[in-house]
Amino acid sequence: MSQVNNSLKKRKKDLTFWQKIYIPEIIKGLSLTMKNMLRPKFTMEYPEEKFIPPASYRGRPVLVMEPSGDERCVACGLCSRVCPALAIEVQAAETDREKERYPEKFEINMLRCIFCGLCEEVCPEEAIVMSKDYELAFTNRDDAIYGKDKLLIPVEQLQDRIEFLRKYK
Amino acid sequence: MSLLEILIITFIKIIFILTVMLLTVSYAVYFERKISAWAQNRLGPNRVGWQGILQPFADVFKLLLKEDIVPERANKYVHAIAPMIALFVAFTTYAVIPIGPNINLFGYEIQLVVADINMGILYVLALTSLGVYAITFAGWSSGSKYSLLGGIRSSAQMISYEISMGFSIGGVLLLAESLRPIDIVNSQAGWMWNAIIQPIGFITFVVSAFAETNRLPFDLPEAEPELVGGFHTEYSSMKFAAFFLAEYANMIIASALIVTLYLGGWHVPFIETLSLPSWLMIIIQIGAFFFKMGALLFFFIWVRWSIPRFRYDQLMDLGWKVMFPLSLINIVWVAVLIMIFKI
Repeated sequence: MSQVNNSLKKRKKDLTFWQKIYIPEIIKGLSLTMKNMLRPKFTMEYPEEKFIPPASYRGRPVLVMEPSGDERCVACGLCSRVCPALAIEVQAAETDREKERYPEKFEINMLRCIFCGLCEEVCPEEAIVMSKDYELAFTNRDDAIYGKDKLLIPVEQLQDRIEFLRKYK
Repeated sequence: MSLLEILIITFIKIIFILTVMLLTVSYAVYFERKISAWAQNRLGPNRVGWQGILQPFADVFKLLLKEDIVPERANKYVHAIAPMIALFVAFTTYAVIPIGPNINLFGYEIQLVVADINMGILYVLALTSLGVYAITFAGWSSGSKYSLLGGIRSSAQMISYEISMGFSIGGVLLLAESLRPIDIVNSQAGWMWNAIIQPIGFITFVVSAFAETNRLPFDLPEAEPELVGGFHTEYSSMKFAAFFLAEYANMIIASALIVTLYLGGWHVPFIETLSLPSWLMIIIQIGAFFFKMGALLFFFIWVRWSIPRFRYDQLMDLGWKVMFPLSLINIVWVAVLIMIFKI
């Protein structure tokens, strides 16, 4: 008795007549695909068009270079201590400028760096910031240890990151 | 025309058809990738040459350099023969399909068919049945369970849909009264194509064509999530390329057949009213044939990326319980039309 009732009740997943003959459904599917074919595509064709990330993006860490050509870093060693991956190595030395300390050797091992941004957060001089650079490829391990020559970037290029840091962190 | 002249003309036609077929097959692959990309809101291959036109050559080059792996428990000879059968069937079927009306070149009356057999359609049906062997051999000789399952399912599917295909062709033959492809095209002169006179037969033939060529929504035998690759799992390098090309060649044959049987071949409606010079009319008609074939190929590719795949039992249900009765109804319908209008 209950079996007869169950098979006669109209369930929500039963197909309507038009759905059962399937041809209208095919036409609906085809029109959807056709609409998609005619829409503009959003593919960014690398390497001609590169993705410029917003200010909050954590790319590779760089040292800020003042217009005079000196680095802002005073070789306090805080970034080296806080780095969870032990990627930064700093060697301090004396100088005649207003800030007496400067890093004689500043190396970041990009193979160890995890791009966490803790060095940027802890720096008291705003001397090391995360840039927007994400294109890193090396062919041997020695090339991956970046010295001051590859890390110094002029301050004009890093303005939006510095603004972001001052507003939000 | 002497024997030598016939031989030379046929040889030229063979070369022409082979070249056109090979090019069309490789560019069918390219267009499939492009159109499938557009349907998914992305760009297809666009790096190799302008807009990616040279991509098929890069693909063939890559496949040539791959290692040819034969499984240990496979039957080596059958394993090697299977793709050859597939390609052979695909390319020889094209010999009987006419691409245009008779032309007069240098005083010779040439028919634009490689072989004008007076039972051309029977020849095509026979070759499609041979094509089942290719997949059966591939599935059995690979010595792996996925291949075997894929091969068995595919053979059963192809055999089931050949029946509705044959009966749909029966409806066309009732009107054309001949098995010769040129006669069938000429019986659709003007605008009364067979697709308009017998729409049910048209739909059953198109659906059977999809099933014969193992194209979605009927491609369970080679579906990746279900069967890893079906009957061509254990093939690599040029043997895989042969199956791959054979699938696209089958698609092209199916489109050409549908155009010949149902869409009026090379006829363009109302072209006589324009009264163009005859050579221009012939060129337009040949162009119309290729345009219709191209439109059908686009339809094949379009359907592949829009419709979900049928489950195997749904597929067999459809073949035996829906397509077969519909094709029989189609024959009755055509017979009634002939009786009423005495066409």
